[in-house]
Amino acid sequence: MRINTLFYTIRQGFRNIFRNKWFTLASIATISACLFLFGLFYAIVSNFQSIVKNAEQGVSVTVFFQEGLEDSRIQEIGEMIARRTEVSNVHFVSAEEAWESFKTEYLGEYADGFTENPLADSANYQIYLNDVSMQPALVTYLESVEGIRQVNRSEVTATTLTGVNALVAYVSVGIIAILLAVSIFLISNTVTIGISVRKEEINIMKYIGATDFFVRSPFVIEGMLIGLIGAAIPLGIIYLLYNVVMEYILERFSMLSRLLSFLTVEQIFNVLIPISLGIGVGIGFFGSITTVRKHLRV
Amino acid sequence: MGEKKGNQKSERTAVSVKGKRRRPISDNSEIITLNKVCKAYSTGAPALKDVDLHINKGEFVFIVGDSGSGKSTLIKLLLRELTITSGSINVLGYDLAKIRHRKIPKFRRNIGIVFQDFRLLKDRNVYENVAFAQRIIQKSNKEIKKNVPSILAIVGLAGKYKAKPKQLSGGEQQRVALARALVNKPTVLLADEPTGNLDPKNSWEIMKLLEQINENGTTVLVVTHNREIVNAMQKRVITLKRGVIVSDEERGGYIDED
Repeated sequence: MRINTLFYTIRQGFRNIFRNKWFTLASIATISACLFLFGLFYAIVSNFQSIVKNAEQGVSVTVFFQEGLEDSRIQEIGEMIARRTEVSNVHFVSAEEAWESFKTEYLGEYADGFTENPLADSANYQIYLNDVSMQPALVTYLESVEGIRQVNRSEVTATTLTGVNALVAYVSVGIIAILLAVSIFLISNTVTIGISVRKEEINIMKYIGATDFFVRSPFVIEGMLIGLIGAAIPLGIIYLLYNVVMEYILERFSMLSRLLSFLTVEQIFNVLIPISLGIGVGIGFFGSITTVRKHLRV
Repeated sequence: MGEKKGNQKSERTAVSVKGKRRRPISDNSEIITLNKVCKAYSTGAPALKDVDLHINKGEFVFIVGDSGSGKSTLIKLLLRELTITSGSINVLGYDLAKIRHRKIPKFRRNIGIVFQDFRLLKDRNVYENVAFAQRIIQKSNKEIKKNVPSILAIVGLAGKYKAKPKQLSGGEQQRVALARALVNKPTVLLADEPTGNLDPKNSWEIMKLLEQINENGTTVLVVTHNREIVNAMQKRVITLKRGVIVSDEERGGYIDED
């Protein structure tokens, strides 16, 4: 292809956007609306999953040692636990730290009456997991380790979080799949209608000897540009909205701020930008190619 | 090019249609050859039946007949918009029964086409409509800037190159269509009812242009209903009736139905 033909093709793709204003607007609006819903849902689901994940990370298993166990064995147990794949980190709490924490939390000024540490045998490891659903396997292991007297865990919390996590995953995959399917259907239809009304233009080009590539290229460039703009608009809106809404929620419900840790806009957009642009440009590309192909058999 | 075969029957001088011997040769090379061509659509009677047709380079031919006689089907076959059902069809050395899809654009670049309804690109001006045909064959911008004004001058539209089709009269739009068809210097020009949407004055002007184009060496095939023009111009006239060529007159006129 000659270089001036290439530039001509690209130029025509850009010009087509302005030539067919209503089609362009309808297509951009459809793509934007679909991708806006998609982006919004993605942001909500991502935050929800992040909150659940944070809650999971707060769930720990505590192990207490047999009376009089040597420090070297305690350290050895700690190293064994830390090597387990289920474990994200292990924190040693000495008997003194346990008593200090207990005093602060429950006794306050009444603690002055104690001269000795009543929790002398309460040194323990607090074990945090990578995935709370692995808790039963870890507990079984810990109970078999020599030197461990007791294993404390919150089975209800672990089961609930595992269930919630699975539910969120299934529901979000389902809704995202439906949203994507609806988006692809709507956007393809808009592109199809837009190109179909220009069937005559395609016919004319073919009658006077244009190759399929020459006819198709401006439409493909136009489709991709529409997809790009259609994806960029909702991304911009979601970017602005996200920060405003997060600030509002944290301000209005400040007591929740310790419980709810929202993802930053950057964390959301690291995934949302490539997905949205990919969907927008991809649908513009494949939509125009397949629709034009139908009219090329002239 | 597998499809392209040389037209070796260059010495053909006449064709016999239902016992009538006709037509001299304006040039020795035959560029359109149909042998026993049949075209049947999936529904209804065949549109063309056993059509034999031989057209030489440089001829001016009218194809006439009533609606449904097969004129448009013939044009579509010559343009390879349709494929034949049986027989053989060769245009400009291309075997149109066997031509591959990707070779069709190259074939069509040798053929100019003009329609009754002009079929201009409505959102582009006169200059761009004509230049478009040149861009398709990848002419450089320099050549386009030279060729387009020149052809617009020939069809009398040099001053209206910026106008959009809707700003032009029917006659002017048909001139733009003619300029677009001619700018690539085609060997054959097919005109499907080129005066169908025009008043008598514009119709004559278009026909004069077509005659002038023919005098410059382009083979011209005109499908028309315009009895007055056919009778006045005294060119070769092929008459179709229900898919069959019923007459082929060297300097003929419009034959009445009955």
